[in-house]
Amino acid sequence: MTVSFVLLALLTLSAAVAAMSMPRLIHCALALAVAFTGLGGIFLNLGAEFVGLAQLLVYVGAVAILIVFAILLTRGSEVSMRPGARSAISGTVIALAVFAVLAHAVLTSGVSRMATTAVTPSNRVQEIGVTLLQQYVLPLEVIALLLTAALIGAVILAWREKSPAAQEGAETR
Amino acid sequence: MNGYFAMATGLAERVDQIFVTFDHWAVTNTPEPLRWLVSILLIVVPILAVFPGLFALTTVLERKGLGRIQNRYGPNRVGPYGLLQPIADAVKSLTKEDVVPRTADGVVHYLAPLVIVSTAFLAYAVLPVGRNMIAVHLDAGLLFFFAIGSATELAVFMAGWSSRNKYSLLGAMRAIAQMISYEVPLILSSIAVIMIAGTLSPEKIVLEQAQYTGIFPHWYVFTPWGFAGFLLFMTAAAAETNRSPFDLPEGESEIIAGYFVEYSGFKFALFFLAEYLEIFAVSGLGITLFLGGWSAPLSFLAVIPSWIWFFAKLLVMIGVFIWVRGTMPRLRMDQLMNFAWKFMLPMALIDMVCAGVWRFLPGGALWVVLRWLICAAIIVVPYVALARGLEQGRKIEQRVYRYAEEG
Amino acid sequence: MLGEGIVKGLIETARNFVGSYVDKDRLVTVQYPEERNPLPEAARNFPFLLYDGDDPEAGLRCVSCHICEKECPPRCIHIEKSTDKKPDFVGKQQFYPKVFNIDVSVCMSCQICVEVCPFDAIRMDKEFELSTDDRFGGLLWTKKELAKPNEYYQKIHPMEAAETDARRAEELKQTQAKAAAAAAAAAAKAAEAAKAAEAAKAGNGAAGKEPSA
Ligand code: SF4
Ligand code: SF4
Repeated sequence: MTVSFVLLALLTLSAAVAAMSMPRLIHCALALAVAFTGLGGIFLNLGAEFVGLAQLLVYVGAVAILIVFAILLTRGSEVSMRPGARSAISGTVIALAVFAVLAHAVLTSGVSRMATTAVTPSNRVQEIGVTLLQQYVLPLEVIALLLTAALIGAVILAWREKSPAAQEGAETR
Repeated sequence: MNGYFAMATGLAERVDQIFVTFDHWAVTNTPEPLRWLVSILLIVVPILAVFPGLFALTTVLERKGLGRIQNRYGPNRVGPYGLLQPIADAVKSLTKEDVVPRTADGVVHYLAPLVIVSTAFLAYAVLPVGRNMIAVHLDAGLLFFFAIGSATELAVFMAGWSSRNKYSLLGAMRAIAQMISYEVPLILSSIAVIMIAGTLSPEKIVLEQAQYTGIFPHWYVFTPWGFAGFLLFMTAAAAETNRSPFDLPEGESEIIAGYFVEYSGFKFALFFLAEYLEIFAVSGLGITLFLGGWSAPLSFLAVIPSWIWFFAKLLVMIGVFIWVRGTMPRLRMDQLMNFAWKFMLPMALIDMVCAGVWRFLPGGALWVVLRWLICAAIIVVPYVALARGLEQGRKIEQRVYRYAEEG
Repeated sequence: MLGEGIVKGLIETARNFVGSYVDKDRLVTVQYPEERNPLPEAARNFPFLLYDGDDPEAGLRCVSCHICEKECPPRCIHIEKSTDKKPDFVGKQQFYPKVFNIDVSVCMSCQICVEVCPFDAIRMDKEFELSTDDRFGGLLWTKKELAKPNEYYQKIHPMEAAETDARRAEELKQTQAKAAAAAAAAAAKAAEAAKAAEAAKAGNGAAGKEPSA
């Protein structure tokens, strides 16, 4: 437990708490982005460059922006509300359940039994690439397919069905 | 004769490494407990000094350049040739009143310029500005650059949203939509380089290119995929940094400066600074990826220090940016999106394919020409087809005014 | 073809850029404080008061009639009438302004004061560099700053001045003629009276009295 880890952990946790308790949705989203950044920092602190930076790129750069955009487009930024007590219990239960599953998975996997001394491979990014494209190429492709399907689905959902009148309008335009 | 030559190269080497040597000397000559501080300061202070200085220079160069393009003089009053204009501007922006709208979200409004400037500065951490001159030796430096760059979007959003002004909100929405769209081709076009160089480290990418066949360097821009990649990269970079002709988020004529319309005084200056810092950073990355970074354009020119080459290239890039700004009108939003998704993205993907083909075709004597031709065809044919698709069969003709000309 | 137009545009701007260095005719900018374009004759900016002769006090044409003060749309003229009188250019006794102020910062250069003045006493100046670092005092122009000789007017607005001068010369001539005529008439009358007196004297002889004037 180094000082930097404590600082990062504190930052991440407080940002996460803020993300749950702020009255305005936009503030929550921004706090969430800070939490993501802190998480990326923890990865970097552990020497996992690629994961940490990918975390930043994907979560801060894409996911947080997406959340913010969604809030903006749905007028959620206008209303300010206290977190409702109605969903508090179910939310806690779900969170605990997810945490239990994840903890179980982590504890029973090989990670917990591995040596805790860090090994520093010479070329980590390259190794990740090689592993992804050789050992785990099938899961990778499956995920790619899944994402493509999701993308196409989104496009189809967003596709505006053209009424005959609109079609005509489009032609004469 | 040989002795002289050796001495000359030795001297050149010395000058080339002068900053590195100084850095080393300064660190080893400070007492142990302060070493970390000195070594950090020696990295941070030059970055904080050089690039804002370049920013100051660029503002006056840009105005003079644009002026000349429009047959004007440009600023020529403050100092010789108007070169002290940035100082006048700085004094002006520092002494102006800082106005914060009453309905603004104070904290976020305050934080936005800080976030945008600090992320802009962070990007320089992984730019090799000379041989052995890089702030942080990151193995995944490129990824760091893009990750940091994506944080600017959030800052832009913060600025636009917290101002509580419809124009700034519109500007922020435009900015985010545009940045997300152009980040994809930006990253994809650099992937071609990563594939060929086999590394994510900017230093190593430059070292790859700093080799010479005869007197000619191995810059990636001199290959078909590299050339296309370079153009794609710089176009996407212009869009990513809201540079004209992609300056819709700022659109002075329609949304009066967009997301920073509610900022005044020093905060406005910070936004301005951040914008230019981003342009320099992304130009620097383009130089690193495609134009051989700090390496000399011809092998015998390597006697000139590497950092001079880097900054010379950077100045050229800035000049091109100014030139383009003086030439092209602003795009419309739908044109912008069409261009990103229907042209840039497919071209970037094709460029990746081309880089793969280039990598796996043998480089033998006969193959050199053939490889060139094949790869060029891979680029040119889709380019023509996509350009046609973009035009959608429309012909650009003289505009006919139905009512205006009758009277 | 995509890109063709871009290249064309780039070449055009590059030509402009280089051309502006080699061909001085391209640069149409007038570098203002050092170079300046001549102002057109009808240029106008701010009113001034005309005086004849050498003395701005004695020759001031303004008779303090307050017409311009009342007509000025932004009400930037302030006049205080004198209590005594001085002769004007035709020699008639007239009031004159003790105080005549115009506020530069308020005047909108509309020239209405000039149009309404029946005495050709106020005219528009071409001078436009009126800025000062004294925001209140420096922008309130008094009689002393406003008064300018007729020669100056002839220089800046020659055509207008010629017209005014001709009109005033005519007026002067007419008054003089009238005066002369009046004098002649008076003289004739006097002569007649004298003659009548003579005749009367001759008539009753014994009276021997001078007719009282
Ligand atoms: S020019 Fe117009 S505004 Fe100025 S003093 Fe004369 S009447 Fe007034
Ligand atoms: S300037 Fe003319 S109108 Fe004004 S007070 Fe004098 S005489 Fe009258």
